[in-house]
Amino acid sequence: MTQNIEIAMRMEGITKRFPGVLANDRISLDCRKGEVLGLLGENGAGKTTLMNILYGLHQPDSGKIFIEGKEVKIESPAKAIELGIGMVHQHFKLVDTLTALENVILGIPSEHPMVLDLAPARKRFLSLCEEYDLYVDPTVETWRLSVGKQQWLEILKALYRDARLLVLDEPTAVLTPSEGEQLFKAIRKLTKEGRSVIFISHKFGEVLEITDRITVIRDGHVVGTVPTKEATYPELARMMVGRPVSMDRKPRPSATKIDPVLVMENVQANNDRGLPALKNINLTVKAGEIVGVAGVDGNGQLELAECIVGLRKRTGGSIRIQGHDVDRVMADPSFVGYIPADRQKVGLFLTLTVAENLVVKDYAKPPFTRRGVLRYQAIRQHANRLIKEYNIRTPSSEVQVVHLSGGNQQKVVVAREMSAQPPLVIASQATRGLDLGAVESVHNFLLKERNRGAAVLFISTELQEVMSLSDRIIVMFRGEIMGEMDGEAADINVIGQMMLGQVTEVVA
Amino acid sequence: MSPDIIIDWLQASLRWGAPLILVAIGEVYSERSGVINMGIEGIMLFGALAGIAISFFTGNVLLATIGTMILGALFGLAVAFLTVSRKTNQVVTGLMVNLMALGGTNLLFALLSESRHVRVERYPLLFPESFSNIPILGPVLFRQPVSTWVALILPFIAAYILYRTDWGLNVRAVGENPQAAATAGLPVIKLKYQAVILSGLFAALGGCVLTLAEVGYFASGGMTAGRGFVVLAAVVVGGWDPLKTALVCLVFGAADAAQLRMQTAGSVIPYQFLQMLPYLITVIALAGVVGRSRPPKTWGAPYDPADI
Repeated sequence: MTQNIEIAMRMEGITKRFPGVLANDRISLDCRKGEVLGLLGENGAGKTTLMNILYGLHQPDSGKIFIEGKEVKIESPAKAIELGIGMVHQHFKLVDTLTALENVILGIPSEHPMVLDLAPARKRFLSLCEEYDLYVDPTVETWRLSVGKQQWLEILKALYRDARLLVLDEPTAVLTPSEGEQLFKAIRKLTKEGRSVIFISHKFGEVLEITDRITVIRDGHVVGTVPTKEATYPELARMMVGRPVSMDRKPRPSATKIDPVLVMENVQANNDRGLPALKNINLTVKAGEIVGVAGVDGNGQLELAECIVGLRKRTGGSIRIQGHDVDRVMADPSFVGYIPADRQKVGLFLTLTVAENLVVKDYAKPPFTRRGVLRYQAIRQHANRLIKEYNIRTPSSEVQVVHLSGGNQQKVVVAREMSAQPPLVIASQATRGLDLGAVESVHNFLLKERNRGAAVLFISTELQEVMSLSDRIIVMFRGEIMGEMDGEAADINVIGQMMLGQVTEVVA
Repeated sequence: MSPDIIIDWLQASLRWGAPLILVAIGEVYSERSGVINMGIEGIMLFGALAGIAISFFTGNVLLATIGTMILGALFGLAVAFLTVSRKTNQVVTGLMVNLMALGGTNLLFALLSESRHVRVERYPLLFPESFSNIPILGPVLFRQPVSTWVALILPFIAAYILYRTDWGLNVRAVGENPQAAATAGLPVIKLKYQAVILSGLFAALGGCVLTLAEVGYFASGGMTAGRGFVVLAAVVVGGWDPLKTALVCLVFGAADAAQLRMQTAGSVIPYQFLQMLPYLITVIALAGVVGRSRPPKTWGAPYDPADI
């Protein structure tokens, strides 16, 4: 009996089927009181679905959930909140136009429904901020908060509802290293109070650092649960992917060409809100090198990429590609291969077929068109060649792109953008949301482009991959380049400090 | 121009603005919850007829008003069922309601009466006659039916509810980010239903006021004459804020009153051009604010609880 009391939450044989996918296959796991349980798995392994079931957003097809020993039915988030479950989604569930405090009290009936009295709520909120050392200004509209602060706000929102079991879905993806430390401190405080935390991640380092036990999920079922003390990195990676993986720096031949391909001088641009996002960017990318752009999300990386490919107007400065002004080059799509950060919205036409997506840059040219009529035979042949070359896993070239997995969607983008052998490649968050296998092949494709002699700009918020792939690394902070260093010799601590805007040294 | 004409015009501006304000208040709530109830023109028309009919048979304007509001709420319920539960296209649904109302009211009115006009009792004045003798303010403010005063006070109450109550916060959250609202434990569908039902209720009330306060008769052939559409524009121009929207409605009411006065004054401008005036102002006002006013983020988009 005493054992039962220790278990905060137990799931038994949870199965969830979506059309065509078995997302959760008889998953059983438990989370003890006062522990941090790591939930490790690749994207699409079923972690988020499982947690959405726990939070009442999905109903399981079968299986049972026990909270503190009692079987419960969680038919809505309201019920989950009542049971003391709090969840911080990977994509925050905040109402942008409301203030921080309004977001926190949303859904909590106030004492007098006809008067929205925020004063007591503010007091309680501020004391929580202090208690967990996660300060957020309660009066500020949420869209003005940095992503890190939005994360704090989500956690505070759950704590305000007195969550005893807190689910954090990929919480560190948007944090700077120091914010990550702050988060870990808060998590340790929570567990000391007897609360439990489920920590979802696919990053081994932090899972090993913060958790007490780790449950690994692959393809919808539990591979195993190990105490963190006994877990090792290679073992976890093998459990997660199903085969040994390497994350070491990629070997490469030394660059042969040195002509500058992309030259940016004093480039300035605004973000979507009309605020300065790029401040005097000077950057040169040469043929045959990969320049990695490190930085916390939202520090001008998106605007940088969009300026180069002509999707965003500059407010000043010049951009030249192989000596041509970028505004002229844009008319010719063969100059730049662009892998956009949001592949589903910018990179692909989801409802068009694989073959059509592969030809959208060239459809108006022969052999794909003749006298204004598309020639589908040529389009299909072209598609089948690229599907083979880039190892795109699809039933046929006539399948709508929306039905492919994230990794294969990205391969469609890569195949289309690289097949014309452009002199410049811009890869913006090219591996975001992909599983390890797909990440590896995207890395290999980019390395191949580099070895062919293309200039590659590799923008990523994952420090690990920037360091393993780049010949040169620059760090962006608030629209400025904080420093530049050699890829071989880069020091992760120096980069981390630059990501926070603390310039320590600049290695030429 | 003599002061009498101006006083008369100001008085008429309030009277013509009142039904627009009433319709607009409901529409603001509906659109804040994310649902554009485009059917308000039609519901207004039904409300106009219902007000007349109930008043004609019972001789009681209060009964007529309450009955009309219940009818409007039922229309709102139907629109909510279609657009929220069945996720039908909001524009098409609204058009359907409007076309149905045009034909439906003509048919019902023909069944009700053989003449093309039915005259009934109008709303009483709120203040005693003697108040009207106060210079300027008297005729402008106090020679007004109850409904005008309701329409002038209601926007303040509506703004209070929207910004200062739980329910108002919930409605705003639902229209901005229904997924976030749902994860915070809010009943998103229920809130949308409530907001849309309110828009139906107020649209019918606006129609009822148009007949029982302004004209005192019903005329077949679409007597609301696009005022519901003007309200849709006013809500956009007013930036989905009850007070600003009400102000815009008053401007449209003033334009409406002006064209009527110019018509009867025997202007040299053909009356068809004058009739165009309020709508022309609507178009200009819309063109002026496009890009500057920011709609609720899920404005007009259906909500699927399965999307997280």
